[in-house]
Amino acid sequence: MTDAADLRRRTAALLAAHPPATTDRLDFLRARFDAGLAWVHFPAGLGGLDAPRALQAVVDAELAAAGAPGNDPGRIGIGLGMAAPTILRFGTDEQKQRFLRPLWTGEEVWCQLFSEPGAGSDLAALATRAVRDGDDWVVDGQKVWTSSAHLARWAILIARTDPDLPKHRGISYFVCDMTDPGVEVRPLRQITGEAEFNEVFLTGVRIPDAHRLGEVGEGWRVAQTTLMNERVAIGGNRIPREGGMIGVAAADWRARPELRTHDLHQRLLTLWVDAEVARLTGERLRQQLTKGQPGPEGSGMKLAFARLAQEISGWEVEFLGEDGLTYDDWTMRRPEGVDFTGREAGYRYLRAKGNSIEGGTSEVLLNIVAERVLGLPPEPRTDKDVAWKDLPR
Amino acid sequence: MTTETRPANAPAPDPDLLYSDDEEALRDAVRALLTDRSDPATVLAAVESDVPYDAALWRSLATEIGTAGLLVPEEFGGAGAGTREAAVVLEELGRAVAPVPYLTSAVLAVTALLGCDHEDAEVAGALTALAAGTTVGALAVPLTTAPGGPSEPTVRAAADGTLTGRVTSVADAAAADLLLVPAQGPEGPALFAVEAAADGVRTERVTPLDLTRPLAHVSLDGARGRLLATGDRARETVGAALLTGAGLLASEQLGVAEWCLAETVRHTAERTQFGRPVGSFQALKHRMAARWLEVASARAAARNAADALATGSPDAPVAVAVAQAYCAPVAVRAAEECIQLHGGIGMTWEHPAHLYLKRAKSDELTLGTPGRHREALAELVHLGAP
Repeated sequence: MTDAADLRRRTAALLAAHPPATTDRLDFLRARFDAGLAWVHFPAGLGGLDAPRALQAVVDAELAAAGAPGNDPGRIGIGLGMAAPTILRFGTDEQKQRFLRPLWTGEEVWCQLFSEPGAGSDLAALATRAVRDGDDWVVDGQKVWTSSAHLARWAILIARTDPDLPKHRGISYFVCDMTDPGVEVRPLRQITGEAEFNEVFLTGVRIPDAHRLGEVGEGWRVAQTTLMNERVAIGGNRIPREGGMIGVAAADWRARPELRTHDLHQRLLTLWVDAEVARLTGERLRQQLTKGQPGPEGSGMKLAFARLAQEISGWEVEFLGEDGLTYDDWTMRRPEGVDFTGREAGYRYLRAKGNSIEGGTSEVLLNIVAERVLGLPPEPRTDKDVAWKDLPR
Repeated sequence: MTTETRPANAPAPDPDLLYSDDEEALRDAVRALLTDRSDPATVLAAVESDVPYDAALWRSLATEIGTAGLLVPEEFGGAGAGTREAAVVLEELGRAVAPVPYLTSAVLAVTALLGCDHEDAEVAGALTALAAGTTVGALAVPLTTAPGGPSEPTVRAAADGTLTGRVTSVADAAAADLLLVPAQGPEGPALFAVEAAADGVRTERVTPLDLTRPLAHVSLDGARGRLLATGDRARETVGAALLTGAGLLASEQLGVAEWCLAETVRHTAERTQFGRPVGSFQALKHRMAARWLEVASARAAARNAADALATGSPDAPVAVAVAQAYCAPVAVRAAEECIQLHGGIGMTWEHPAHLYLKRAKSDELTLGTPGRHREALAELVHLGAP
C-alpha cells in the first residue's frame, strides 16, 4: 500500500530528476504522469499508483512548495472531471493508453457533447443519430451548451443508436474527434455578452467503432458516471471562510460605508451565514468521503451553491448604487475558461443565472433529492416504455 | 491557500464535523431509551399532567446512561466527555421533544459551575450532585437571554449573602433543586447557589407555548445564597454557559427538524389523493427536498459549533452565532411544513406535530433570536451596521 511517506519519496525523486527550474513545463507534466503522481488514485501506468484519493494532497503540497508547474485544471476541467473518470471506468486498455496522458497534461483539451436543443432536462430524449457503417459510426445532429468546443481535440458524445428502443436504452457513448470535417462549432452568445459556450453541428461525422465507450445501447449508464463526476467536481473544491462570491460582497460592504443601509445589512448577514453553512456542509461531505462514508449531501450542494450565487450577486448590484447601473463590457468574446467571481458585479449577477440551469436544473436536482435521497414516489411517467421514435416532440 | 492570505477571522482549519463511534453508541443508547419510554403519546399525556417533567425518564437518562455528567470532569463523578457528546444527546432529545431538563441542568447549570473555582467545596459539591443527576440545576436567567447578556442582573445580593429580586421565564425552574443565580452584589457581579426549597424562594409557573419545556418566574425575597464566584469570573462563567447553551441548542433544533422532515416524508408517501401518493407531486416533493438540504446544512453548522466549543477554539463565538442564526429558522420551517403537508391531521391535538412546532418556535427565541445572533456576528466578522 502506498502511504504518504512513500509518495513524498517518489515526489522528491521526480523533482530531483526533473528540476522545475530547468525543465520544460510539458516535459515535467509528462514525467509527473509517468511517475504515477498525476492522480494517485488512478491505476499504476495510467498516471496513478492505486493510492487513496486523499493522498493526492500530499503530492500537490510537495510540488507546490517546489514551484513545479501545474496542468491548469481550469482550462481542462471537462477532461479531468468528466471524460477521465468515464474512460477509466468504461474504456478499453487501448483507449486508456491513448487518451489519459495528453488529457491530464493538457496537450489535448476535451469537451462534452450531451445537451441538445430538444434534450435539456430530459437528456435521454436526445435526437443526434449514430448509424453503423462498416467499422465506423456516422453521426448527424446538433449539440448545444458546449464549453471549450472551439479549443477541444476530443469530445465525449452520446448519440442514439437505436430509435426503436425506449429512450434510455437506445443510446451509445463515443469519443468524437473534433477535427473531423463534419464538426462545425459556432459560438453561442449568452446574456453576459460573451460566448463561453458553443453550438456544435455534426454532419456525417465518422467515428471509428474503436472509439466507442461501453457497449452499444449502454450509453445512458456510461453517461451516469460522467454526470455523477460532474456533480462531485462542482462540490469538490475546498474553500476558506469568505471564499467565493460572499467574500466579494463582504469586501464591498467594508470598503463602501457610504452605501450601507439597514436593509442591506440584514440581508448581507443572512447571506453570510448561509454561505458559511454551505461551506461547512461541503467540508462535512469531504470529511465523509475521506473516511469512506459518502453521504447524500453531494446532490444538494449544487442547489445551495446556485441559490447563494444568485442572491449574493443580486445583493451586490443593489448595494453598489450608481455603479450597479453600469456594466464593464458587452463585447462578444470567447473566453477559455469561466471564473464565476471574475469581472464586475453586473457580470456576476448575469452569469449566476446559469448556475441553476447548467449541470442539472435546480428543479431536476430537487426531484433527484426527493426521489433518490428521501425515497418519495416518482411522478407518473408517460414516456417510460415507449420507443423513442414514437415519443411526442 | 497559504496562511498569509487567509482572512484574519478565518476559522480553525479542521473542525471535525462527523460523529465518532463513541458518539454514535451514545446516540443509540439515548434513542433506545426514548423510543421505549418517551413516544409521542407518552409525551402528550405527560405535558397535560401537572408534573413539571418526566422524573423517571430523567433518572434513566441522567443516571443510568450517565448523560447528566457528560460535561463534568471525572474527579467530580462526571464522564469527562464534552460538548460534542452532549450535542448528540440533545439531537435525540429534540427528535423526541422529550420533557427533561437536560439543556438547563446538564448544559447551562453545569457549564456555569465549570467556570467557577473547582477547589471551592461549594462548587465541587454542586458539580458532583448535578453530574450524578440526583440534583436538577437551573441557571436563573430568562430563557430568551442571548450570549453576551444580561448586562445587569435583576437580583441584588446583600452583604450577608441574601438575595432579593425576580427572574422571569426561567426554563425548568419548577423542576430544579438548585438555582444558580447571577446577582449584583455590593462589590459587583456575583454568582450564587440557592436551594429551590429554601425560605424566600418562590417559583410561579407560567403557561408556556412549548409544553415540553416548562417556564417559571423565580422570586427571591431575602433568600440565602451561597457564593460561587464574583466579579469578572462570575460574569464570564455565565457568558460561557450561555454561549455553550446556544451552541448546543442548535443540535436540539437539528433533532426537531429531522423528526419533522422524516414524519412529513413518511406521511406524504402513504397519503393518497387524486389517485396517487401526495408525495409524488412536485409541488410537495420539492418543498421536502429543500427542507432536506436545510437539515443536512444544519447538521454541519451544529457539529461545527459543538466541535468549536469542545476544543475551546477562539472561533467558538462565530461558530455558535452561525449555528443559531441558521438552525433556529430551519427547525421552525421544518415544523411549519410538517403541519401544512400533513393537512387536516396536522392541525389536530392528537397528532404530535404541534409539540414540535411549539418547541421549534420557542427554541427560536431561546438563548437569543436569529437576529440577535446575526448582530453578534456582524461585530465578530467585521461587517458593522451602517
